[in-house]
Amino acid sequence: MFVINCPYCGERDQSEFSCGGEAHIVRPKQPTELSDDEWAEYLFMRKNIKGVQFERWNHTHGCRKWFNMVRDTSNDKIHAVYKMGEKPPVI
Amino acid sequence: MKNKYSIFSLIKNAFSQHENWKQAWGNPEPKKEYEAVIVGGGGHGLATAYYLAKKHNMKNIAVLEKGWIGGGNTGRNTTIIRSNYLWDASAGLYDHALKIWENLSQELNYNIMFSQRGVMNLAHNLQDVRDLKRRTHANRLNGIDAVWLDTKQVKEFCPIINISQDIRYPVLGGTLQRRAGTARHDAVAWGYARGADAMGVDIIQNCEVKGIKRNGDHVEGLDTTKGFIKTKKIGVVAAGHSSVIANMAGLKLPLESKPLQALVSEPVKPIIDTVVMSNAVHAYVSQSDKGELVIGAGTDAYISYTQRGSHDVVEGTLKAILELYPIFSRMKMLRQWGGIVDICPDASPIISKTNIKGLYFNCGWGTGGFKATPGSGDLFAHTIANDEPHKLNAAFNLNRFVSGDLVDEHGAAAVAH
Repeated sequence: MFVINCPYCGERDQSEFSCGGEAHIVRPKQPTELSDDEWAEYLFMRKNIKGVQFERWNHTHGCRKWFNMVRDTSNDKIHAVYKMGEKPPVI
Repeated sequence: MKNKYSIFSLIKNAFSQHENWKQAWGNPEPKKEYEAVIVGGGGHGLATAYYLAKKHNMKNIAVLEKGWIGGGNTGRNTTIIRSNYLWDASAGLYDHALKIWENLSQELNYNIMFSQRGVMNLAHNLQDVRDLKRRTHANRLNGIDAVWLDTKQVKEFCPIINISQDIRYPVLGGTLQRRAGTARHDAVAWGYARGADAMGVDIIQNCEVKGIKRNGDHVEGLDTTKGFIKTKKIGVVAAGHSSVIANMAGLKLPLESKPLQALVSEPVKPIIDTVVMSNAVHAYVSQSDKGELVIGAGTDAYISYTQRGSHDVVEGTLKAILELYPIFSRMKMLRQWGGIVDICPDASPIISKTNIKGLYFNCGWGTGGFKATPGSGDLFAHTIANDEPHKLNAAFNLNRFVSGDLVDEHGAAAVAH
């Protein structure tokens, strides 16, 4: 349980948000050219890091906007929150 | 087996005030080299070592555990055992395990307190009713016992349940698997550890794996906190930490690790003699032999390795429990905890070879791995020993995420995710 600083609404309880998993997975530009292995990599394979992880969150029960977050999954400490399209911070 | 447990050994030891019982398994230092090394000393890992030694005659093996055996998800689950899964592949896998459970205490000479008290899965809306009836038919075609109960029969089977149709999620019926039930989770780890140790398996606790040494396309050994251990075969059964080990070998897995919470109440006299699960409202309950209510909640919907989880998840589960069992309204909860579960996109496990020779993974059990412990160990041992999967775990290979041949058990199998 933790508090998330939504870039649009400010500090809210984590239960208002939903997690969209690993961030910065680039959607394939030429889907028809992809091999089965590349599809599997894009769709299913995840780093699932224990430690500092870049991830997507949505303020489901608030502004309903997506944003990115840097969080340490080993202690749930949040290092940074930034908007979609912004450059990821160096942690 | 040396030091066989029996009524006679109990009487004999009573004369010495039970002070002369031998240690059930040893505490060896790691050797320089093993034929195979199992990473993870939970139920699945110890069972794997046990069956490798017993059925495949591999005695020079070790189980590495970073903490103490059975201290991870084996000691954190709600001990439910059932095999009423929808798809043929899952039915085969989980019923294989259930059949081993039925004889496990005798086989291990260790009382795992297996109790076939039945598991009931509730339906709360018309789609639940259709899904659960379909699953009942599928189970029976696969030779798995399953019956559909209407609301009145649900009440007869579990009298404390509230079947009022005026509640938010009324009970419209349920399925019952009578062969299903519970077992003492710690005893499963201890029984397998004792059995494996008796056949010469080294169980090495407080030994964390720090790296996997690869030479091109095959493994050569492991770096651990107790030094380098050489081996040609590594079986990883690290549950929530599977991805962490996989990353050491430069491998990515289709897993996300999330906290799954459970809690127990203060102990009371026997009040519920079965296991009741409800997928739709994310709550399940049974009663331990000590008298505590054992309550399981859903997962927190974000990746975390904290073994904590959020309060709102527990709150939601307890709301559902109170609506279904108003009699529990004054119960006090004693303990709450989280375990880290590794969830696959199709909610089915992976028991598989990898593209690195000598590296095998048994993971992705998500929220329901305990029930499969003996079967999982048996099939994983087969896979490691023969470098080929058994026909029962062939469908649960890592390649299914490339081929698209998934075993989609999400929701369809009464799994509370």
